[in-house]
Amino acid sequence: MSDVTRRGLLVGATGLAAAGLGGCDLVADGPGRGGLYGASDWLTFHVQRWLLRHQPLVREFGPEAISAVFPTINTVDPDDPAYRRSKAAGFSDWRLPVTGLVARPMAFSLADLKAMPARTQITLHACEQGWSAIGQWTGVPLSQVLLAAGLKPEARFLVIRTVDGWWDTYDLFDALHPQTILAYGMNGGDLPVKHGAPVRLRVERQLGYKSLKYLASIEAVDRVDGIGQGRGSMVGELGFSWYAGI
Amino acid sequence: MGVGGSRLEHARHPLWVRAAHWIGAAAFLGLAVSGVAILLALPKLFWGETGANDAPAWVSLPLPVNLEQTGWGRNLHFLSAWAFVIAGGLYLAAAALGGRLYRRLWPDRDQVRPAHLAGEVRDHLSLGGDPRAAYAPRYNALQKLAYLAVLLVLAPTMLLSGLTMAPGVTAAFPELFTLFGGRQSARTVHFLTGCGLVLFLAVHLWQVLANGPRALMRAMILGRPERRDRR
Repeated sequence: MSDVTRRGLLVGATGLAAAGLGGCDLVADGPGRGGLYGASDWLTFHVQRWLLRHQPLVREFGPEAISAVFPTINTVDPDDPAYRRSKAAGFSDWRLPVTGLVARPMAFSLADLKAMPARTQITLHACEQGWSAIGQWTGVPLSQVLLAAGLKPEARFLVIRTVDGWWDTYDLFDALHPQTILAYGMNGGDLPVKHGAPVRLRVERQLGYKSLKYLASIEAVDRVDGIGQGRGSMVGELGFSWYAGI
Repeated sequence: MGVGGSRLEHARHPLWVRAAHWIGAAAFLGLAVSGVAILLALPKLFWGETGANDAPAWVSLPLPVNLEQTGWGRNLHFLSAWAFVIAGGLYLAAAALGGRLYRRLWPDRDQVRPAHLAGEVRDHLSLGGDPRAAYAPRYNALQKLAYLAVLLVLAPTMLLSGLTMAPGVTAAFPELFTLFGGRQSARTVHFLTGCGLVLFLAVHLWQVLANGPRALMRAMILGRPERRDRR
């Protein structure tokens, strides 16, 4: 089941089928918080990572299940001059820098990403507000992008930032999961602006707030406690859990 | 179980039962309050997999929409849930393995005869109460059935329907979706079962207040209903 492994990424030559390390080797202790809520987060995180140790895929649906209406929250059209220019140009000048602890820092264009191996998945999106909707997402697995950039052995987390100022971090357990993709397509067409064009993240085993829209950059790091307030994400600083598997 | 073989034996609650009771009570309070806080972000209920503001709802609850209560609501909900699950799980395991579940909570044969049950219903509805209830040799049948319903039906349903809303859990156990018929169905079942538990709590508190609350409270706090616990 674990067709994406750290060794596969690091060695590269044998591709993603390389075996050897299980999913648990990819679990870094996520950024925590003190107190009782920190203890509760810790329990939830470690129990779930144990339940998911064989890296199962989430359910995928047939096209008939796609929701007629897929809600949007937060930003639906970033008010950023560079973004507006890029949008007017069909995102032809959009670039996604992948930097940090990688052997080959690079900036991917939309065309670059579309030229890479693609994955299409129809999944249930669950928002912490309570709503859920089913959508079809097409994109490149994040593991492919990391493979191209050559993730270094000391990398443990990815810091992902967005055009509208959101940021979040992910351990490799989630980043390398086959269904974690950089999606440029939705329901058979281009990803709409209100859903995060040109590229959004899909992290299917967590709530919607981990699936950032309007991706701006990816940085590989070995630790996240020095970023912002050390909570590992912007929503963490707003009082939400870094890990959103529940 | 403990010392002494008097009829008071029944009225005594060992420490582990009292601890589970009060941890469970505090956790339930946290779960109920935070559950409502979370619900206010979308006070509508749906059946099936999907549901949202723009989708047809099964029920729109008469509650104000408030998107600002989700953060602390979720924090308190999952902390309380862990307390509830750990204390409740240990209690259930001890009660089942130690025989307490069968000895004290399972209705006796004479208690489940229709005539007896009808008499109990009449007694409960008379609202009179029994100030010596804390010293009763056994729980009445309705009381036993209510406790068993909470322990074996409502609380497990609450836990499983809650976990069905957790994407990290359903990734490992997609069968949960099948069990409840989808994520939104699980959410609706979670709400309805929660209402059932709140209803139980209301009746429970009424029964405590109506049946000699001082002795009952002493029993659940100190372990025995009589004022002097040892001579």
